[in-house]
Order: sequence, then C-alpha cells, then structure tokens
Amino acid sequence: MSTAIQEPQQTTETVNYLNAEYGWKSWLFTTDHKRIALLYLISISVMFALGGVFAMLIRLELLTPQGDMVTSDTYNKLFTMHGVVMVFFFLVPSIPATLGNFLVPMMIGAKDLAFPRINLLSWYIYIAGALFAVASILMGGVDTGWTFYTPFSTTYSNTFVITAAVGVFISGFSSILTGLNFIVTIHKMRAPGMTWGRLPLFVWAHYATSLIQVLGTPVVAITLALLALERGFHIGIFDPAIGGDPILFQHMFWFYSHPAVYIMILPGMGVISEIITCFSRKGLFGYWFVAGSSLGIAIVGFLVWGHHLFVTGMSMYAGLYFSLMSMLVAVPSAIKVFNWTATMYRGSITYQTPMLYAFGFIGLFTIGGLTGLFLATLGIDVHLTDTYFVIAHFHYVMVGGMVVAYLGGLHFWWPKITGKMYPEGWGKFSALLVFVGFNVTFFPQFILGYLGQPRRYHAYAPEFQVLNVMSTAGASILAVGYVIPLIYFIWSLRYGKPAGDNPWGAKGLEWTTQSPPTTFNFDQTPIVTEEAYAYSKKPEVEVG
Amino acid sequence: MNPVTPVRTYVIIWLILTIMTFTTYAVAQIDLGQFNIVIALAIAFFKMSLVIWFFMHVRTDNPLTKLFVFAGFFWMAIFLVFTLGDYFSRGWMPLGKFW
Amino acid sequence: MGQQFDSATFGMWVFLLTEIMFFGGMFGAYTVYRSMYPEAFASTSAYMNPLYGALNTAVLIVSSLTMALAVRSAHLDKQKALQIFLLITMFFGLCFLVIKGFEYHEHWVDMKVPLIGGHWNYSEAPQFAHQAQILFIFYFFMTGFHAIHMIVGLGIMTTIFIMARKGRFSPIYYTPVEVSGLYWHFVDIVWIFLFPLLYLIGHTRTIL
Repeated sequence: MSTAIQEPQQTTETVNYLNAEYGWKSWLFTTDHKRIALLYLISISVMFALGGVFAMLIRLELLTPQGDMVTSDTYNKLFTMHGVVMVFFFLVPSIPATLGNFLVPMMIGAKDLAFPRINLLSWYIYIAGALFAVASILMGGVDTGWTFYTPFSTTYSNTFVITAAVGVFISGFSSILTGLNFIVTIHKMRAPGMTWGRLPLFVWAHYATSLIQVLGTPVVAITLALLALERGFHIGIFDPAIGGDPILFQHMFWFYSHPAVYIMILPGMGVISEIITCFSRKGLFGYWFVAGSSLGIAIVGFLVWGHHLFVTGMSMYAGLYFSLMSMLVAVPSAIKVFNWTATMYRGSITYQTPMLYAFGFIGLFTIGGLTGLFLATLGIDVHLTDTYFVIAHFHYVMVGGMVVAYLGGLHFWWPKITGKMYPEGWGKFSALLVFVGFNVTFFPQFILGYLGQPRRYHAYAPEFQVLNVMSTAGASILAVGYVIPLIYFIWSLRYGKPAGDNPWGAKGLEWTTQSPPTTFNFDQTPIVTEEAYAYSKKPEVEVG
Repeated sequence: MNPVTPVRTYVIIWLILTIMTFTTYAVAQIDLGQFNIVIALAIAFFKMSLVIWFFMHVRTDNPLTKLFVFAGFFWMAIFLVFTLGDYFSRGWMPLGKFW
Repeated sequence: MGQQFDSATFGMWVFLLTEIMFFGGMFGAYTVYRSMYPEAFASTSAYMNPLYGALNTAVLIVSSLTMALAVRSAHLDKQKALQIFLLITMFFGLCFLVIKGFEYHEHWVDMKVPLIGGHWNYSEAPQFAHQAQILFIFYFFMTGFHAIHMIVGLGIMTTIFIMARKGRFSPIYYTPVEVSGLYWHFVDIVWIFLFPLLYLIGHTRTIL
C-alpha cells in the first residue's frame, strides 16, 4: 500500500487525520476540515433520528382514520417538530457539512478550507441552534408547522415558538458561514491546473449551494427575528387585526425557504455525478451543461418562491409569473437527469451499493420533480395544495432524492473517510429496503392527495385508511433500511476490511491520497493535468 | 496588492458625500410630492456607490469582487421587486375581462 | 500573502453580501408597509428629528474617511498615523451612538416606544395608531440592528488598534485592517439608506 509513512508491518496503523492526535480537545478544538465533517456527521445523524421519531409517531397516528392516538394539538406539534428538525437541522446542513466539508478541499487539491476556524465556529453555532430546538421540544414543543405561518405563530399559538425560531435563526448562521467558506475556498484555493473546467461536479454543486446559502439565509433570519419581535412584544407586524400583513410573512419566509430546497438537493446531485461516472467508467456527458445547470438552479430557484402563495390572495399576475418561472426551474434539473442517463449509456456499469442508490435517486427524483410541475401549474395547485400530494412531492425529492444521494455518498466515500469497507452484501440489501420502503410509504400519498386527504390533520375520512396503512407499513420498512447501515457502518469501523487508497478505481484527487487521509491531505500540492472523470473510454463499437 | 489611493481623492470623495448629505436634507424641506423619496433614494444610491467604489477599493479590485458586489444588490432587488410586484399588481384589471 | 489578502477580502465581501440580504429583507418589509400606509407613516415624521439623522450621517461619513485613511496608513507603513486614524474613527463611531442615545431618549419621553409596555401613545392621530406602531417598530428594529453592528464594529476597531499598537501590521500584512475597513464602510452604507427612509418622510406633507 502506498502511504506517506514507511511502515514495517501491515497491521500497524499509518498516521492519518483520525489518529494524528488523541483526546477530546483535539476533536473539539480541531480546525481540520475532515474532523469537523465527522463532528457534523454525528450531530446531524442524531437530529435525523430525532426527526425520524416524530415521523414514526405521525405515521402511527395515521394508521386509523380517527384521531385516537394523540390529540390534534399534539399532532400539530409532531408534524411541526418533524419538519423543523428535518429541514433546518438535517437536510440543510447534511451533505455540505459532512461530505462537502470532507471532500471539497481534497477535490481541489487544497490542504483545508479557506477559513478553518470559521468552519469550526459554524459547527458550534449549529450545535447552539440545535440545543434551542431540542429545548423547545423538551419544554413542550411547537405547533405552528415548520413554516411558522402568522398570525397563528405570532398571536394564537400557546407553544414555544420563540425558542424554536431562535434555534432556527442561530442555525442559519452556521449555514451562512459554511457557504462563505466554500465560495472563497473554491475561488481561491484550487491547486495548479485545477481550472474551473476540471472541477468535479461535486464541487460545482457545492459552489452553487453555497451561493444560495449566502444569499437566501439572511432573509429568513430577519423574518424569524420579526416574528419573535411580534410574538414577544405584541406588535402587529404580521397581525391583520392591527394593520399587519400575514402574506408579507409568507413572502419573506419563502424567499429563503424555496431556495433552501435547492440547498438541500444540489449537493445530492453533485454526489450522483461522482457516483455515476465512477460506476459507469465514463466521463460525464455534457459536463458544462451539468455545471451550468447547477448555477441555473441556484439562480432561477430564487425567482419562484411565490408558488407557495398561490392560494393566499396574492395577485393573479404574480401568480402567473411565479407559475411560469416554477416550470422553468425544472429545466436545469431535467438537463441533469438526461446527462446522467447519457453518461451511463455505453458505460461499463457495475452495481455496487453507491450505484444502486444513484439509480434510486434518478428514478425517485424524476418522479418528485415531475410532480412538482403539477404543483407549479396554478390551476391544478388550487386543488392539490395543502393535500398529501404536496407531501408526497417533497418527500420524493427530499427523501427519495436527497437522503438517497446522501446514503449513496456515504457508502461511496466511507472507505476514504474511515479506511474501512462496509459489508457490500448488507449495503445492497439496505439500498433495496430503502427503495422499496420509500415507495410504499410515499406513493400512496400521491393518490391520497389527489383523492383529497388534507395535510396536517390527525384524522381523515375512513375511505382513505387502506392507503394510509400501506404508507405506515412502508415507513417501517424504510426505518429498517436506515437502521441497518447505521449498524454496519459502526461495525465496519472495527471489523471492516481495510479499504486501500482507491477501492473503486475512481478518478478524482481525493482518491490519490491514502485512506484515511493525513491531516493535510497531500504531501505536496498536486498538479492537475487531466480533465475530470478521465476514465478511459471503451473502444467504440462499430457503427452501422 | 492594491494600488494606494491618494489622500486627496479620499478627501474629495468625503466632501462630495457630505455635500450630498446636506442636499438630501435640503431637498426634503421642499414639497415635490412623490419625487421626494425618489430623489432622496437616488442621492443615497449615489453616495453608496462612492463609498463602495473609492473607500472600499472596489475601483481597483478584480472583476470577481465587482461581480459579487453587483450580485448582492441584484439579489436584494429581486426580493424587493417581486414582493412589491405582488402588492402593486393586486389592484390591476382582472384577466378574465379580456379572455 | 497576496493570496491570503485576496481570500480574506473576498471572504469579507461574501459576508457583506449576507448583510445586504439581511438588511435588504428589513428594507423590503418596511417598503411594503410604507406603500400600504403612506399617510400613517407621514404622520410619524413629527417625531423623527432629521437634524439628528443628518448629523449622524455626516458623523459616519467622516468616520469612513478616517477609516479609509487608516487602511492607507497601514498599507504605507505609517504606524502612528494608522493608530491615530483608528482612534478618530472609533471616536466618531461613539459620537454616532451617543447621538442615537439622545434620540432614543426623546422617543421614550414622547411615548413612542412600542416595545416596552406603557411607552406607546399615539393619541395625536389615533386613526393611524396601529400603522404608526408598525413604523416605529421598524424604526427601532432597523436602527437597533444597525447600532448593534456599530457596537460590534467598535469592538473590531479596538482589537485592530491593539494589534496595531503591538506592531502587527506592515505593508506586507495589513489584511485585518483592510477587512475591518470594509465592514465599517458597509455599516456606514446601511445608515446612508436608513437616513432618507426613516427621517425624511413627509416633512413636507404638512403642505399637502
């Protein structure tokens, strides 16, 4: 094995970022982007589990048409906390803070991010925000929905809205700092020869994501601050009774929260580009189209937020505009799907676990994206909004897209991060469970929404029960599909097969380092001479 | 690194800024109806541009920085234009009358 | 060092971008309400003192000049000048906060502080009371956040001053001074916009 340090025997560990220093201080005061990535990995996994518990309770309640497990107030708290935790404390940070933090410097040939201490600070800020959120849960929860709509959240709710809002406000700064760090790093710290045109698309995706984080998050910060102000001091900023406008709140909230969904999905798309090229042994088809689409999604994604306000009393001209733009924003995503498919065409495809997740992503994200078009169509949205159709749509893109991509990425880079292989058989099995479980959970919800079951209700009409039971059954399969990797990943830390530097034979600077990498990634700054994804082409089969 | 700006330039910019401040104040005393706010904001925009261009050295910065500065204001404009657009267009003629 | 300077200033600009969006959100909300309630907002002009506002604007502009000169001094290895200009900048920053303090006190006395119970009274024009309350909320919110940024700025300047005293800066390394300067100028710019929006509304409306 090629390592930087000469080792007399295989069994002695090489020096790497994990064992370079020991002790809690070396972790809590680290500035190594890889260690910070692991700190985030643990934190967001905990938050994911917490959000998952709420999901489980929701699905249990919905097994029966009557609201018999919890009161409606408690149910309101369940879906609120599920949303708040999952959106702000899992999905938004997920890939950027874990895989992004770990890999972006390595992929561009740098020793670390541009501002390593700010990186650590952003983790601490995240933890502070998470503590506020958990505090609001422990104190009794919030029942406004993760969207905090006024005037319920400001005037009528009797729950711990301000605490939760403060938690989200704080976590926003974590997101901003991460984005800032990535933007500066990608602009200023690329290795010699690493031109923009040679960047892995994972890096392009994170660049686009960071732009959104930097430009959008401050607006939700100010929105939540105004909300807290109104609630704390009883001023009518958003209260119609005293001259305020609840629609203004929604405009401000969704100005961030819509681009936020692109913060969530773009990194996942970056992961997919890496996985598909590796397991098709082929360069990405239409590299510049995919890179440009990432930027396109980031930019156009800021122009569509009004589609969340179609039925609020917004002007119909605004509605027309936002409907049109929402359809346009689907175009760059579609371009990516076509390019991934074209990448696979005539590739030399193998079916390891990461690739299985990538397949799942393409199928599920496409369904989610297409159903988004239904919702973008103003006339149809009037009927489908606030039904389970919307819930199914966004879970298809968020879970079927983002979480699947995240799992794929974790499996793909696990050998690099830990130096160990996960058990491939179990990996494939869990991927299958996740795919099946996910579809059984959420496909029925499209039908339920179409049939008219409203969202955020703890009871429903009896004729919907069969589909709801199916959905809950699927959720339990999905849960198992999540738990198994948790177990074998931890198992692999001790008992996994040593991975070697490049178990997949992948291209990319991160694979040229040892596994796990040393603290400063590269012994010498690499000089890049080849294009991204320079897998050797298959010899052309005779045409005609 | 950046070239050094002469003291003279800074002082002249400062003078212009101070004069514009008093201009804003003076114009606000005269009734120009709707135009009061337009002029006041236009002057403010001009002052801001001077500060950015000279005091913040954007004049001698690389194109990337210039792009990001522009992008910041452009994005704020996106929020303002489309949110206000909703409010202003609510009173317009309903489409149904025409088709 | 050049790359570090570039990265640091670029990083500060990216941060200022977030600040533009942060204050921009506030400005946007304020603009929506102002366009909804023009008369109510105009009626509040009796309680805003444009002279204080103009004075504060002038104070901040001077402080921006001295800050730019401080950065220039650092670049040219003029250590004494650097320290003096930093001190003057901080002095003007303090002036700003003192004038603001006087203003807030006046509002308190006039019962125009909606935040604290009992200090809000709009009996002069009760038909506008609710909307005027919204304006005053925005006034205190926007100037308050601005003041917080000023205070943070003063803290940063103090740190830079101490570093300068210890001789940490030279023509090769004055990045923290440059970057702090960018922040300070930005806080000035926010005020340049706050002044006309909050202070110069409807001072001529009495003629209408």
